[in-house]
Amino acid sequence: MESRNRSLFLNTAFASIIGLLAAVSNPVCAAKPVELKNDQIIKPELKRRKIETADIDTEDYEVSLFGGALSIEDFGVNAVFGARIAYHITENFFAEFAVGSSEADKTSFEVLSGGLQLLVGDERDFTYYNVSVGYNLFAGESFFGKRAYNSDLYLIGGIGNTTFANDDHFTWNIGVGYRFIPKDWMAIHIDVRDHMFNSDLLGADKLIHNLELTVGFSFFF
Amino acid sequence: MRIIIFFLFVFQLLLSQQALGKDEFLEVIVLDPFLEMHTGPAAGYPVTHVIERNEKIKVLKRKTDWFKIRTKKNKEGWVHISELRQTLTLDGERTRFHEYGIEDFRKRKWEIGLMGGDFDGAASLTVFGNYYLTPTLSTELSFTQAIGNFSSSLMANARIAAHPFPEWRVSPFFALGGGIIDTSPKGTLVQTVDRQDPIAHVSLGADIYIKKRFIVRVEYNQYKVFTSRNDNEEVTEWKAGIVAFF
Repeated sequence: MESRNRSLFLNTAFASIIGLLAAVSNPVCAAKPVELKNDQIIKPELKRRKIETADIDTEDYEVSLFGGALSIEDFGVNAVFGARIAYHITENFFAEFAVGSSEADKTSFEVLSGGLQLLVGDERDFTYYNVSVGYNLFAGESFFGKRAYNSDLYLIGGIGNTTFANDDHFTWNIGVGYRFIPKDWMAIHIDVRDHMFNSDLLGADKLIHNLELTVGFSFFF
Repeated sequence: MRIIIFFLFVFQLLLSQQALGKDEFLEVIVLDPFLEMHTGPAAGYPVTHVIERNEKIKVLKRKTDWFKIRTKKNKEGWVHISELRQTLTLDGERTRFHEYGIEDFRKRKWEIGLMGGDFDGAASLTVFGNYYLTPTLSTELSFTQAIGNFSSSLMANARIAAHPFPEWRVSPFFALGGGIIDTSPKGTLVQTVDRQDPIAHVSLGADIYIKKRFIVRVEYNQYKVFTSRNDNEEVTEWKAGIVAFF
């Protein structure tokens, strides 16, 4: 393209010089100027189509809403709700940010003692956030009747914070999940997680385990 | 609650996007003897079809390094980027796909990241966002939660960072900033009041380019808390984390 431009330029320049020389040397010619029909020089008819490969729709993010049961150690099993957003880094690894909220029930001590309360009002609120890394262990197909659907079994673990009894607790979480993918753009999750943190709420400082079982729906975008 | 509203908003956006779906897909011609089509976007999913050389296929969408394609016979499946590179565009050129590399790292404008570390004995979690005014100068905004045995703190900081060697793979930086820290003691301890104090810091750290659009950042911060008491407090913090750039 560049060389064509250059030759076009040279041709034009050359023709102009000839024309100029002719005009100077021969005044008769000057009355009829040399006509340069630039538009007759062959122009390429094909225009290169530019395709922006970046236009391909990427679906590396996944948002989900979930609900289920959370067993808060010593405080019974309670309903939990929350949301997650995941970014799929490679086909195997993904990063996930999650928030969840639950409310602690009474300890058996509180139930047996009658009116005594260990926690009052919003102290019973159990909210957490965490950031985790997941690894898709078994990508494959699950058969539902005679139809095959894509699915993944993944391991996940991370760190975060849990606010319980109006205190913040640095929290580790580990778990395993199953992702059932009926459509490319949506999936159903079943997750089991253990949220672990140190608490001295009932006297001695100990590591408490809060097991969570949830079902969620997710969308890829 | 706010977070739930945010997610609902994202869902709505998603649905509207799907409704708008375009039908202009990139078309490529297979160069390899054959391409393998998997049922899903990972090597673990079974191969159900192969596409022969010279066949024209449409590229519908991408998930990580996998591309969903459609054949002439309307069969759909997923092909890995390494195989899709062995195709020609309709102009007869090799198909190229954009992949983030070290050049993008050197020219990065926006960053978001997440770090974990030790804030004077307490576990700390930080989220931050950076904007590069020039390759050597960035402005940063961060939120940190430090969860200790006796108290927990929330901290917001703004700072300016200088990156003297932006072209290095391991690029050091130093920064100066200030903000506010809110400290609340544990509920199980004797009741004391919450404190809110101004805070300033200097920091030294490095960005280490890993792969694609990911960076590992390590940093050391020296804080000065301007308390309302007679003495100011000095706090040191170590942290490391992962950063994505755009």
